Amino acid sequence: MGHLLHPTFAFFTPLSGGSPNADHIDSLYKITLYIALVIFVAVEGGLMYALIKFRKRKGAVAAQIRGNTRLEMGWTVAAAVILVALAVLTFAKLGSIQNPPSSSPGGDELTGDSVAYASSERKLPPNGKSLNINVIGRQYIWQFVYPGADEPDGLGAPYSYEEMVVPTNTTVTLDIASADVVHSWWIPELGGKFQAVPGYHNYTWFKISKPGIYRGQCAILCGRGHARMIATVRAVPPAQFDEWLTNQKREITEANAAAKEARAKLNSQTGAGQVENP
Amino acid sequence: MATYVAPVPQITAHDAKRESKGWTSWITTTDHKKIGIMYMVTTFVFFCLGGVEALMLRLQLGAPNNTLVTPEIYNQLFTMHGTTMVFLFVVPMMAGLANYFVPLMIGARDMAFPRLNALSYWLLLAGGLVFYSSVFWNPPEAGWVSFIPLANSTYSPSGGEDAWIYLIHLTGLSSILGAINFYTTIANMRARGMSWGRLPLFIWTILTYSVLLIFALPVIAAAVTMLLTERHFGTHFFDPTEGGSPILWQHLFWFFGHPEVYIMVLPGFGVISEVLPVFARKPIFGYKAIAASTVAIAFLGFLTWAHHMFTAPIPEAILVFVMLSSYLIAVPTGVKILNWIATLWRGTVEFKTPLLFCAGAIAIFLIGGISGIFLATFPIDWQVNETYFVVAHLHFVLLGGAVLPIFAAIYYWFPKITGRMLSESLGRLSFGLIFLGVLTTFLIQHVIGLDGMPRRVYEYNDVGHLALYNAISTVGSFILAAGVIVTIVNFARSLKVGVVAGADPWGANTLEWFTPSPPPVNNFDVVPLVRSAEPMKDIRREIERRSTSGRSAGAATVPTGATQVGV
Repeated sequence: MGHLLHPTFAFFTPLSGGSPNADHIDSLYKITLYIALVIFVAVEGGLMYALIKFRKRKGAVAAQIRGNTRLEMGWTVAAAVILVALAVLTFAKLGSIQNPPSSSPGGDELTGDSVAYASSERKLPPNGKSLNINVIGRQYIWQFVYPGADEPDGLGAPYSYEEMVVPTNTTVTLDIASADVVHSWWIPELGGKFQAVPGYHNYTWFKISKPGIYRGQCAILCGRGHARMIATVRAVPPAQFDEWLTNQKREITEANAAAKEARAKLNSQTGAGQVENP
Repeated sequence: MATYVAPVPQITAHDAKRESKGWTSWITTTDHKKIGIMYMVTTFVFFCLGGVEALMLRLQLGAPNNTLVTPEIYNQLFTMHGTTMVFLFVVPMMAGLANYFVPLMIGARDMAFPRLNALSYWLLLAGGLVFYSSVFWNPPEAGWVSFIPLANSTYSPSGGEDAWIYLIHLTGLSSILGAINFYTTIANMRARGMSWGRLPLFIWTILTYSVLLIFALPVIAAAVTMLLTERHFGTHFFDPTEGGSPILWQHLFWFFGHPEVYIMVLPGFGVISEVLPVFARKPIFGYKAIAASTVAIAFLGFLTWAHHMFTAPIPEAILVFVMLSSYLIAVPTGVKILNWIATLWRGTVEFKTPLLFCAGAIAIFLIGGISGIFLATFPIDWQVNETYFVVAHLHFVLLGGAVLPIFAAIYYWFPKITGRMLSESLGRLSFGLIFLGVLTTFLIQHVIGLDGMPRRVYEYNDVGHLALYNAISTVGSFILAAGVIVTIVNFARSLKVGVVAGADPWGANTLEWFTPSPPPVNNFDVVPLVRSAEPMKDIRREIERRSTSGRSAGAATVPTGATQVGV
């Protein structure tokens, strides 16, 4: 089997490096980790020390202490202060994780029909322009529908399965939905995971600066094929992306035309070769 | 004048019925102790079944792209494992311990409703049998949380899912009846002098456990009834195409599911709070703070359910609220841990097996508590949720908060239940293996999750160090299993050849040690007057005082001497 998962590994931290939101989650994680390590060492150390230092010895008498209000108040307040600090840190980092930035210079020239409408859940870049891709989960494959529909109802839009091709330096917003059961969209290096729930839309974004392949897989049990519901994001320079999208659209149109032709041919057949309900 | 001679009072002794020991005495019993033993034995059997399922899961994951079991069987195994451990082991094991020890610790002769108590046990057994009978047809495979729509009739047509629903109903009814019984017993049947401030801390946690069960279980009962009608009678509660919502299931499930965590760990905390003072020879540090933090955790536990849903499409205001409420719950939990360490501080700590399991439990629970802070921070949760990081977290929480305390409770109370001591050397060996096994199995799983491996996948590719990490975890699970087997051997051995325990082998603090081991059918001939949170300490002190002050030696024996002490 090939290397289907991740090119880089970190021992103590989540994967990052593909998109700014993943990087900001990573730095929030690291700050939390440092605070957590101090607490871990202090409390486990205190426990070990108490067990060893105060083990039963000849002649030792246990001190009959029933509590110490000042001490207990002290550590309650200390615990609360640490958590307030963590909450403040999280809020400070939250904007850069949730709100997509505008595309960088050298990103894709986005045309009008790729612009989505912002709402309280769907966040858009400051300039309002992003490449919006509809991500649809179904047992057991991801479908990606791009802007560029022929008709207002969305028919004729280019799409792909399993591999999402995106332009570099361009803010990509995702509109995540499901066609059957609950799935969860997750490419670790491109940020957190978001459930694809039937009847709902969930939103996230990423912006990739380095061309390359980023791998992930469905993160919520969706049936027997769950483990094989993989997804890859391939970031390419904008020109190459435009070419790919045009090509994809052409191939889909051609395939549809060929299918239509085949249907017509079957319908026109009579006699022994006729097929019911072609 | 004839003098009137008062008749000498006489007791006519009829044949006292010998206590029946045959199998009919077990199936017809309403004695809380026999019911407690049946609970504990039954749930321990389910624990072993759940453990075997876990070992099969770990064997499958021991190597990348392994083909030991099919995806179908793998999904069935983790669904059975999770459901068994939660509904058939931890929650009813706590009920078993409570059944045996609530009346004894509060100085009552039985539970408030003995027949209802028997019904609770038989409903539990029925639930377990219904669920496990699905093994012979199609076991459920939608996970212990039964994701909807995956668990509806379109995507899970087999009857296994229905077996899961009936399990929830039957064990839920069992738990609610048990909870009402515990609450009533604790509220009404305490010994004279046992005010709320003198209630043993284990009893405080059982009281809280009962209240949590009474509030949380009706919600899951309603939710699984909705799922049942959805599967068989054409309702659309969770179907978005008909105006329903799959998110509704997540809300209902976790509104029950999060308090369920505290239902599992609070009694474990209660055991720790009982065992530490006995083996440190020191009173519990901050009795009031520990009792109050138990109640605070229970209350806050109802406000944090949506932290299981951070990746679902829910409004940001809810994410923020739930993050803060989840942080808040860390405060009373931290207070408990620090109080436990302070209880050991300046004590004389005796390293008996129950103390080892409690110290190990605190060390392990702390790891789960700290990783919980990462999961409560919702942007971090977006990365680590639904991966092996969460698997590690929940196992540290439940092993530290519930399973190791259950082992501590078994080692601590086995002498009371059977009249014989468990072997200390086997106990230490068992603890060592279990502690090492837990760390080996689950520490590395944090890293597996951080490297991007989701949970509930039956295979993974050989990339990075995933193969090595998973192999380590699998080895650890077998070390853990070996530790459990040592304890089982210890039970079997000690029942026959264990040292006879006597009434109070540990020099403990609470009233169950006032009775002979095992206690007689109605527990106490005379219920002592309770004058502090540590009644046995008072009784021992009084006995010592009287025997040294030259009173008759007979007064010094428990329980005859103590009856005089108590009155």
